[in-house]
Order: sequence, then structure tokens, then C-alpha cells
Amino acid sequence: MSDCVNQSRRSFLEKSAAVGAITIAPGILLHQVANAKPDDQPVSDSVRWGMLINTNNCEQGCTDCIDACNTEHGLVGNNRPQSDTQYIRKVTLRDKMTGHELSLPMMCQHCETAPCVDVCPTGASFKRKDGIALVDKHICIGCRYCMMACPYKARSFVHEEVKNQTLSAPRGKGTVESCTMCVHRVDKDQIPACVEACSKGKHDAMMFGDLNDPNSEISKELEKHGGKQIRADLQLNTAVRYQGL
Amino acid sequence: MKKIEYTAIKGNSLAYYGLLGGLGLVMLIGLLAVWHMEHNGHYVTGMTNQIVWGMPHVFAVFLIVAASGALNVASIASVFRKEDYEPLARLSGLLAIALLAGGLVVLLLDLGRPDRLIVAMTYYNFKSIFAWNIILYTGFFAIVGIYIWFMMDHSMYRFKKQAGLAAFVWRLILTTGTGSIFGFLVARSAYDAALMAPMFIIMSFSFGLAIFILVLMASYNWTGRELGDEVVSRLRNLLGVFVAAVLYFVIVYHLTNLYITEHHGVEKFILLEGGQFTRVFWIGQIILGGLVPLALIYAPGVRNCRKTLAVICTLIIIGGLSTMYTIIIGGQAYPLEMFPGYEVSSTFFDGVVNDYTPSIYEIALGVGGVAVSLVIVAFVIKVLPFLPSSLADNK
Repeated sequence: MSDCVNQSRRSFLEKSAAVGAITIAPGILLHQVANAKPDDQPVSDSVRWGMLINTNNCEQGCTDCIDACNTEHGLVGNNRPQSDTQYIRKVTLRDKMTGHELSLPMMCQHCETAPCVDVCPTGASFKRKDGIALVDKHICIGCRYCMMACPYKARSFVHEEVKNQTLSAPRGKGTVESCTMCVHRVDKDQIPACVEACSKGKHDAMMFGDLNDPNSEISKELEKHGGKQIRADLQLNTAVRYQGL
Repeated sequence: MKKIEYTAIKGNSLAYYGLLGGLGLVMLIGLLAVWHMEHNGHYVTGMTNQIVWGMPHVFAVFLIVAASGALNVASIASVFRKEDYEPLARLSGLLAIALLAGGLVVLLLDLGRPDRLIVAMTYYNFKSIFAWNIILYTGFFAIVGIYIWFMMDHSMYRFKKQAGLAAFVWRLILTTGTGSIFGFLVARSAYDAALMAPMFIIMSFSFGLAIFILVLMASYNWTGRELGDEVVSRLRNLLGVFVAAVLYFVIVYHLTNLYITEHHGVEKFILLEGGQFTRVFWIGQIILGGLVPLALIYAPGVRNCRKTLAVICTLIIIGGLSTMYTIIIGGQAYPLEMFPGYEVSSTFFDGVVNDYTPSIYEIALGVGGVAVSLVIVAFVIKVLPFLPSSLADNK
């Protein structure tokens, strides 16, 4: 009798987990992000968070990832495109020889050996053990040397007073900022806002997961179909990889 | 060699106070500009997320580079044992400190958070060449300060040569550090070259000496002290060698880039198609800052003409600022090459040449830094005996 109950309970839990995994986001399994650290433990280098972008699925003109990022981080423009912050942007590429066009999201590539971290005089640009590159807004002096050093133009300087700040993404005039890989969400077992929005929009151009786990969806996909680094010549071992380039 | 007598300038004339007042006003305007920039944020400047370093950095790096070069005259006396330069050594050290102070003031006040100076002084990332520079600048003040002290204090005079050598080595390391700020940037096509460090050193010789000659001639002329042709023509000949050496380094830098296919884009941009940057390079850096001064230095008809020499030095300074403008801003204006073989476009100005128009606030801050340097010199030579009473030719 007890066996019977346990069997059905186990079966119920397995099915629930499967449903949960599917409903969170297509292409993203729950167990992938369950590697996030518990709140009472320090960040560990046993995981390395990364993203895989499938440019074949990235529609030109679609801004779902950008809109989600802006909402998540409270990024409000001041109609000054030259100085307004952008954590993520869509880049359109046209092959000069063939004329083939493609579109992809660009953001901080969370390099393993990040030039921004190397050049920062105060150590405000730093990397967490799980590979996420961040700016400590308390010790950033606003010298912008990291922006000079970043090969991906991933960083923005806060050129004016910030409005619409969110609790989870503090910003400050006179300091530098960039994509945080939604560290506040990742630490709560959630996926970055851009990836979630891309999945919700049924584009499935973005995948998030643990690059260190050979069984994670992202690692399997990378093993199967590969993924290129942008400016691989610099050998920065970026955490964001691209397919279809 | 005859004994040199150093005296402080009187500095009680209306013209002297007028000079201090004028420089003070320029500094005040610079401070107001800083207040405006810091209060509103950097969007009021010409700097953007594309051109992140602007006119303040042009002035700051120029002054910092010139600072180490200004020390050269003292080094020639104490390290290379050329006694003829000995009387000029004190002023050389003072000008070096003053120029560095002016440059650092500009750099500091342009920071997004200048109020965090204490953070910059207490948090160090030792892999950062910028952090190294903070140590190098602080050390420069200390070492050159000690060097000047040893030169002026008879009880310490016997250690002057050692202090001079230390200052010389330090200034070479310092300018290596300044050049490496750009040399270590792998991301941008215009930088990422080991040549930046020695090129900055040779530029410092030229810019620093040009400023030194101007300050020397002005202070002797305005105080009615005698300045002989021997001293001036020696400095003038030295300047000629430095200007030629700078041109040589610029040619080598561009030739190397022209040979390497991946740098053809940025070379085409700076040399041919860069609009304002191409004009500043050819007209400001090469013609006005290099070829014309070189021709005037060696032109037979104007050998002992002080006014011509003043024009030459001014042109070299204009050329120096143009060089910094081309390197710092031109280097950023050329787009980052992330996708070779593709035409690139985005809402974040990927793949396009970035425009830059310096704002009046940035220029006011930069000129304010120059005023800081000059005020320091004008004030110190009044309170301490830095200038020889006479630099007349040996009869």
C-alpha cells in the first residue's frame, strides 16, 4: 500500500517538475537554474553563467529583450541617444560580400579575462566567481577607462540624474554601468529578463545556463552546434556565445 | 664655471598682480564649468557613451606628458653632467611639478565622481595601469620635490646627483605609464601598440621643452633679467632634435599600421577620411606642430630671434594639443571593429564614425588646468629663489 502511494507521489512530482520546467520558459529547464547559490552561501566558481544566442531566431526589428531589460533595470532614456544608457542593444549585420543580413543582441559578454576589470584603477569593475562582470557603484570614480577598454562597447556612463530607479538595480550619476546578467534574478533561481522575454515571445533566440555543467542545456547545445565568441582573437573567453555568425 | 646666484623675483608690479589675477579668473571660470558639469551630469559636455574621453583628457594628458618633459633640462644638468644647463635646473623641476599638478586637477575634476578622490587613493587594482599612474604621479611630486630641495639646500647639495638620477628614471617610467594608458588598450584599432610608450616619452621631451623655453623667456623678459643668446640657442637646437624625433615616431607608428591590413581602416580614417580628425592631424599635428617649427628652428635668418622662438614654442604646444586630440578623440571616433567583413548598425552607434564637438565647459576646465600650472610657477618664483639673477652669456 505504502509502495503504491509513494509510486504515485513520485510520478506526480516528476510530472510537475517537467511541466514547471516547460512553463518557466521554453528551451530552459528548471534544473539548469537550480544551480544558483542559496542566499546564505557565497558565490562559487563551480558554476559559470553564460548565454547562447541563436542569431537565426533573432528577428530584425524585434526589441523584446531590450524592452524587458529596460523595465527590469528601470532604464529610462532622456531622448539623448548619444548619452542614454543601453545595457543591451540590437545590432544589424550585413555581410559585405554576400549581402546576407542578420540581427543579434549585444551586451556585456562577461569575459573570463575582462579588460574592464584589468584596467579599473579602484577595482570597482569586478568579476564574481560565477563569471558575472559587475560594477561596484560605491567605488566607481567615473574615470571611464573601462569604457575605453571594452571591446564590445558594452558599458554606459550615467550622464545625468537617474530617475525611476528599481530596488534591485541601483544606479548612480557619474558612475559606469552595464548588463549585470540580471544577477539579482539569477541569485533567486530566475533567468535574466532578456532571455525570459525572448522565450515568452516564442523567439527562442536566447538561452541561459551554466557553462560549467556539461549536462546543462546550454552546454549540450554548445557541444552539439557550437557557438562563436565575438572578437575571439582577443581570447577573452566570453560567457556569451553566438550561433549563425 | 662662475657661481650662480639665485633670487626670487620681486613680484610687486601691477603687471605681476594682473597676471595672477588673470590666471585666477581663468581658474575660476574652469571651476564654474566643473560645477556645471558635475551638477547636471556629463551630458552637458561633448562627451558621450561613444567619445568617453574628451577635451579635458586632451589637456590633462598633454600637461602630464609635458610635465615629465619639462624636467629634462634638469636631468641634462645632473644626469648627463652638462653644466651649462645647471642654472636652469631649479625652474625645470618647478615647472615639472606645476604642469603635473595642472594636468591632474583637470583629470580629477572631469571624473564622474571627483568627490571620491579618497577612494582613488585607497583602493588599488594593481593590474590597472591607471592605478600605477596614480602611484607614479604621487611619487613624481615627492621625488622632484626632494630633488629641488637638494638643489636648494647646501647641506644636501652633495646628494643632488643621486636625486636627479632618481627623478630622471622616475619621469621615464611615468611617461611610459602615461603612454601605456593607450598602449594597453587592445580593444581599439588606434591604440594597442607598444610604441605608444616611447612615443609619449619623446613627445614629452618636445612639449615640455617648448613650455620651458616660453616660461623662461617670459619670466626673464618680464622681470628685466638678462637672458643670453648662448642659453637660448642651446635650448633651441635641442628643441629641433626633439621635434624631429617626434615626427620620426609618428611616421613609424603610421607606417607600421599601414603595413598591417587590419589597421588599414583606422589609418584611412585618420590620414584621409576622418573629417575634423584628419584636418587636426595634418594641419595641427604635422604641419603647424612639426614641419613649420622644424623649418623655423633651422632657418638661418631668424637664428637669434626670440619672437620667432616664442612662435616656434607656441606652435609646438598647438601641435601637442592636436596630437592628443588626434590620438585620444580620433582614436575613439573610429568605430570598434567587432564584426570584420560586416556592415554594422545599431541604436548604440555601432559601426559609425562617432561625432564629437567639444563643449565650452570642457575647454574651460582644460584651460583652467593650464592656469593652475602657471599660477604655481608665478607664485613660487616670487617666494623662493628659483631663477638665476642673470643668465647672460659668458664673456
